[in-house]
Amino acid sequence: MLIYFLRRVAFTIPTFLALMFLTFAAIRLVPGDPVEVRVGEHGMSPERLAYFRHELGLDRPVWKQFLDYVWRLAHGDFGVSLSTQQKVLTEFLTLFPATLELAFFAMLFAVSIGVPAGAIAAVKRGSFYDQALMTVSLFGYSMPIFWWGLLLIMFVSVWLGLLPVSGRINPINYDIEGPTGFMIVDALLSGQQGAFLDALRHLILPAIVLGTVPLGIIARMTRSSMLEVLSEDYVRTARAKGLSPSRVIGVHALRNALLPVVTVIGLSVSGLMAGAVLTETIFSWPGVGKWLIESIGRRDYPALQGGVMLISAVVVCVNLIVDLVYGVIDPRIRHGR
Amino acid sequence: MKALTFAGVGLAALLATAGALSAKTLVYCSEGSPENFTPAINTTGTSFDAARPVYNRLTEFKRGTTEVVPGLAESWEVTDGGKTITFHLRKGVKFHSMKDFKPTRDFNADDVLFSFNRQWKPDNPFYKVSGGKYDYFNDMDMPTLLDSVEKKDDYTVVTKLKTPNVAILANLAMDFMAIGSAEYADFLLKKGTPEQFDQAPVGTGPFSFVAYQKDSVIRFKANKDYYGEQALVDDLVFAITPDATARYAKLKAGECHVNAYPRPADLEEMERDATLKVINAPGLNVAYLAFNNMKQPFDKKEVRQALSMAIDRDAIIKDVYLGAGAKATTLIPPTMWSYDDKIADTPYDPEKAKAMLAAAGVKTPLDIDLWYQPVQRPYNPNGKRIGEMMQADLAKVGVNAKLVTYEWGEYRKRLQAAEDMTGQMGWTGDNGDPDNFFFLLGCPEGKPAQNNIPKWCNAEFNDLLEKARVVSDQAERAKLYQRMQEIEHDEAPSLLVAHSIVFEAMRSNVTGYKQSPLGTHAFEGVDLQ
Repeated sequence: MLIYFLRRVAFTIPTFLALMFLTFAAIRLVPGDPVEVRVGEHGMSPERLAYFRHELGLDRPVWKQFLDYVWRLAHGDFGVSLSTQQKVLTEFLTLFPATLELAFFAMLFAVSIGVPAGAIAAVKRGSFYDQALMTVSLFGYSMPIFWWGLLLIMFVSVWLGLLPVSGRINPINYDIEGPTGFMIVDALLSGQQGAFLDALRHLILPAIVLGTVPLGIIARMTRSSMLEVLSEDYVRTARAKGLSPSRVIGVHALRNALLPVVTVIGLSVSGLMAGAVLTETIFSWPGVGKWLIESIGRRDYPALQGGVMLISAVVVCVNLIVDLVYGVIDPRIRHGR
Repeated sequence: MKALTFAGVGLAALLATAGALSAKTLVYCSEGSPENFTPAINTTGTSFDAARPVYNRLTEFKRGTTEVVPGLAESWEVTDGGKTITFHLRKGVKFHSMKDFKPTRDFNADDVLFSFNRQWKPDNPFYKVSGGKYDYFNDMDMPTLLDSVEKKDDYTVVTKLKTPNVAILANLAMDFMAIGSAEYADFLLKKGTPEQFDQAPVGTGPFSFVAYQKDSVIRFKANKDYYGEQALVDDLVFAITPDATARYAKLKAGECHVNAYPRPADLEEMERDATLKVINAPGLNVAYLAFNNMKQPFDKKEVRQALSMAIDRDAIIKDVYLGAGAKATTLIPPTMWSYDDKIADTPYDPEKAKAMLAAAGVKTPLDIDLWYQPVQRPYNPNGKRIGEMMQADLAKVGVNAKLVTYEWGEYRKRLQAAEDMTGQMGWTGDNGDPDNFFFLLGCPEGKPAQNNIPKWCNAEFNDLLEKARVVSDQAERAKLYQRMQEIEHDEAPSLLVAHSIVFEAMRSNVTGYKQSPLGTHAFEGVDLQ
């Protein structure tokens, strides 16, 4: 098991190196550097331009800038944001709980609906329910997040007035900050009457929007995996033994069918992070996705590079954990080559 | 069934409107996150708006106008032929208190000196704090203008200028000249956290800073000790909402009271909604097509006039600005003092344009290049589309315009170097002073300045420009600027296209809000009915 773990960890090193290079190169391919974007119609004298480029180290050869960046990253130094002058790591850690909270609830929504829906569709294969579910999940899977988010805001919040439009809590009624950064938890800890429910109401729409794509994937994956398992000999044996249909499906079939679903959940994390960029922008959700979008606009190289690396680290770690869990629950993987 | 009932009750509770009534809170849905809370080190309107409730300046813009009025300086005298300005400071002005900082003295001359020196003197201990880029201080030529700023006594500051320039009084009303607390700066320096100065601001303004939750909300509370126009609400909240559609939805749902930058496409619907109101005013900006006066045939006045007549600006305003633009007749917008409303509009007359071109000896077809702006600007919603429309209009008078553009930084650089024949450009005013627009056509020492994009020099215009910097009487200055508008209109160094129209939307129960021609947002004197 230890060797398996170490091997998996070793595999992440080239991933990180490639990511370092890609983020470093990609932001520099976008026209306009951090100094240039500050200049409006006023223009800036060549001396001041040169001074600021020098201050930021942008006048050095690109390969030197890259090596310096790798060196600092290897020492855990993610740099300082050019626009706010705050440490990138501090900014990330301030904002990440909001993204994590949103991603968690999005996944909770996707799994709690996707798994049972997929399982039922498999059991009732070919029925109207099955076909309807597959069509809906296809819609969910191909839904443009931006459009879907705005549609829900217009319908649920503006027309029906059922849920708040955006933000994490109503700022008129509640002033909640810390200690955990997870609004749901902080609202509960604050003891302010109604704060927890208000925070929960703010979470519903963004979680649904972010969870829609994974929901489609999980439902379809569960269905096909269940179909496979339902035709296995041991399920037939279980039925032949006279076990109740719910026990056959719930205990014997579903548990085995969930193996590939676990992988899909792990893989969805990267999708969730990508989706968070849009969802957070629509719902004014103060997470890392929205922060990265603003950093692109400002050509804030350190914030962008550091942010992407940190998010990638999270995605890689989650995938690693999923691999390990998979190894634990399915010994064939652990011993395979 | 029981579980289902329980879930139903839970859902109903969730959907029910939560929360108890609180003190009167005004929520402003702002468009982005501030970089920090010190205007001196910022360049964006978003950051200026976020710091404005906290700070005052020596001079101020009267709310809703570009008129310069006393601020922390109660009065001033201009002497020495416009080279010395003596400011008499207001007494008894209190700085805000913070959790870990309680001011022990009132505002005085030390705070003014600190606020100047931080941006100006590299030996100031705060000069390098938070990156130390004082773009506006430099862009407004303060280092070139200022000779010295000295404290005569606790409530008198003497400012000496290298050359007379009364427009500096308007510069001092700009956000970058916000006056911070020198005592707070010392306190933070001793504590070893000078950067806190820019994150948790202490000022004298109508609201004091309470907290900033990054990318989410900024909280202020009314400053009961404020010397000026009082805040009429107890709390002010900036709810950061970057998406314009979400901002509109929040406004509609009553989650915010004032909405920054509504989308032009939503305006019609907003105006029909009885719960909302929309106000508008021309922006402090101008979009123009510069004719490069250093290249033939644009060195001839008649050619410039003819091409100005060949372009249908009404069509551009209708199709590209979608109504959010007003045709420009002079370089300055009508909201600015000294605007000359007697200047006649240049008509769209392709036939006359053709005749004028022929009379000027221009052989058609004439091949020119037309540079269009590659990025959206406050005064130009779509440079390419405007370029295409201009190209089509010019073709009708026998001028073949080739559309050219570059990446924005490169574009500006090449345009300033006069590589174009004709090029789109524009300007957003900084301080509401006409000098801040007319300097664009200035020619110091007989040569066009960097920002003089048409590279047009006119001796009379330039003399008037320099004279207007020395005269302190505003009515007298206005006359000089009006003459300059006549010259500019007659000479047509550029085709003035449009001033944008800036819209602001709010709930109909918001009272006392005044739209600023400077594009800023201020909430003192604003109430909720």
